[in-house]
Amino acid sequence: MNTLFDKIWDAHVVQHVDGGPDQLYIDRLYCHEVTSPQAFDGLRARGLRCLRPEKIFCMPDHNTPTEHQDRPIEDPVSKKQVDALAANAAEFGLTHYGMNEPDNGIIHVVGPEKALSLPGMTIVCGDSHTSTHGAVGAVAFGIGTSEVEMVLASQCILQQKPRSMRIRIEGELGKGVTAKDMALFLMSRLTTSGATGYFVEYAGSAVRSLSMEGRLTLCNLSIEMGARGGFIAPDETTFAYLKEREYAPKGEAWEEAVERWKELRSDDDAVFDREVVYDAAEIPPMITYGTNPGMGTAVNGHVPTLDEIPAEGQPSFCKALKYMDFQPGDALVGKPVDYVFLGACTNGRIEDFRAFASVVQGRKKAPGVVAWLVPGSQAVLRQIQAEGLDKVLRKAGFEIRQPGCSACLAMNPDKVPVGKYCVSTSNRNFEGRQGPGSRTLLASPLTAAAAAVTGVITDPRDFLV
Amino acid sequence: MKQKFDIIESTCVPLPLENVDTDQIIPARFLKATTREESFFGENLFRDWRYDPDGTPKRDFVLNDPRYGGEILVAGRNFGSGSSREHAAWAIAGYGFKVVISSFFADIHKNNELNNFVLPVVVTPDFLAELFATIAADPKAKVRVDVPNQTVTNLSTGRSEAFELNPYKKYCLMNALDDIDFLMLQKDKIEAWEAGCSK
Repeated sequence: MNTLFDKIWDAHVVQHVDGGPDQLYIDRLYCHEVTSPQAFDGLRARGLRCLRPEKIFCMPDHNTPTEHQDRPIEDPVSKKQVDALAANAAEFGLTHYGMNEPDNGIIHVVGPEKALSLPGMTIVCGDSHTSTHGAVGAVAFGIGTSEVEMVLASQCILQQKPRSMRIRIEGELGKGVTAKDMALFLMSRLTTSGATGYFVEYAGSAVRSLSMEGRLTLCNLSIEMGARGGFIAPDETTFAYLKEREYAPKGEAWEEAVERWKELRSDDDAVFDREVVYDAAEIPPMITYGTNPGMGTAVNGHVPTLDEIPAEGQPSFCKALKYMDFQPGDALVGKPVDYVFLGACTNGRIEDFRAFASVVQGRKKAPGVVAWLVPGSQAVLRQIQAEGLDKVLRKAGFEIRQPGCSACLAMNPDKVPVGKYCVSTSNRNFEGRQGPGSRTLLASPLTAAAAAVTGVITDPRDFLV
Repeated sequence: MKQKFDIIESTCVPLPLENVDTDQIIPARFLKATTREESFFGENLFRDWRYDPDGTPKRDFVLNDPRYGGEILVAGRNFGSGSSREHAAWAIAGYGFKVVISSFFADIHKNNELNNFVLPVVVTPDFLAELFATIAADPKAKVRVDVPNQTVTNLSTGRSEAFELNPYKKYCLMNALDDIDFLMLQKDKIEAWEAGCSK
């Protein structure tokens, strides 16, 4: 009567610390340039080496410019951080995929596409969106830099076991409704702290019907409900996606692995600490209007009125609307859009580019809209070119940039200016997230594409046959 | 910074907003540092709420209000949501806070605080509401956080609550030890686990 979460977690417990957390063994550690330098400094200060360097993979993604990656990074502070990761990886004997190299990309896009993330694994990274890797059926979660140092040194982490929660979405998704809309819908219902303290298993027919790319998007956003991580039990969709990828087992080992992975499911009588069920038909294309990802509504809906907000939440609600320059009760459709961002570990995969292209094909980018289309990895970029999507997009007035986290958190030059509105496929609409004073509206690639060709917030269903 | 925790008695800085995310605690553009200078992060704690773009302190933000100060930050529910950046905990520590009191913390940030010798104290919503009222009425009101006995007391009203802290972390905080000190002593157990796994 165990949940899949229990099975994977318990199998990795090295010991229960007396009166404290579990010592959990970690199968895979990813490091990016922002949250790792102080961890490597810590190792040096303590005179430590990595216990299992072969289980650790490093790549820069947050600071990398999305143009001219063949040239040195212009911002000296960004360059220093990116260079530090390369130097640390070399010093400690870790695999490193440098900027502009064929294997580089956003860590949460590269991990699954190289099958470095596999079912049944424990996976961590100093990044809250590590939950993405849960889509392959792994227990994956974000950690702080001190915890990165723990794993570098001991391949283990001390961690209190979270409680388990199952979110089932049953039925068929409506036209123009994507995994991103599912996630934004869940956040709007559960709030940004609704799943805090829990590890989420996503289940139900609507989740099963998602492609691997869709599952990665859904799991990616688990943290935005407060959950430590989210995952989906592996199935034929998972196996078909992973097969033949670089780090997937091959030949007989593959067959054996799949047999093992088929056992990775919650028992029928498993008891979850919390369970919620939603009807897929209830979910519309979504967009956010405020400054946390839980402040979302149907794209054809309106900003809530003050009486719809509980009293203790009103100061934050009013602060958010003031920042966004929206009024309670405003309709969202028709509001002007200055920027459109397609990309990030949330929506920077091939399927997202196909979706965007399907809307803009045969149309033109609205004049005045600045659009940044940023593939999640070099492999995604190659696939875009192989499918000819770049030509479709160029004809509609869009350029493809080079891979990286880009305008999701604007640590590179891609910053949305003060006061400008950006319909963004990324994961956070916090104040200043896309640049100081920027105003972010989170949405799916379809909704972003509809805004890009009209210059205003638009229901993507208007463009779908 | 590693330090031994015992009893902390201090005035408080109130931040009665909910869902304060780590992007507000320390914006992403300050994450480019490659060293752990807490003073740098502390200077930029709540940067965009605290300063205008030209660096002028915003008069209406609590850290710029001379009436308030102390080693305890009191914040609305769901403090530290969003990004896992430990820089947020470094900024809080670097500014000089030893304790953050809220009715609810985001998971990753809570761990990050503990790993940096900042103590997150979870109180009931009632206790928090009363504490905000107490501080609003008297900015010099004090709170006592007693780590050995795991109690938090509003010294103006006398209201006291127990707070949770697992015995392992309590031992670490009271003795200025961190998790890496502990893990480096566990190599035999790690290798035994690996050997069992490969069978």
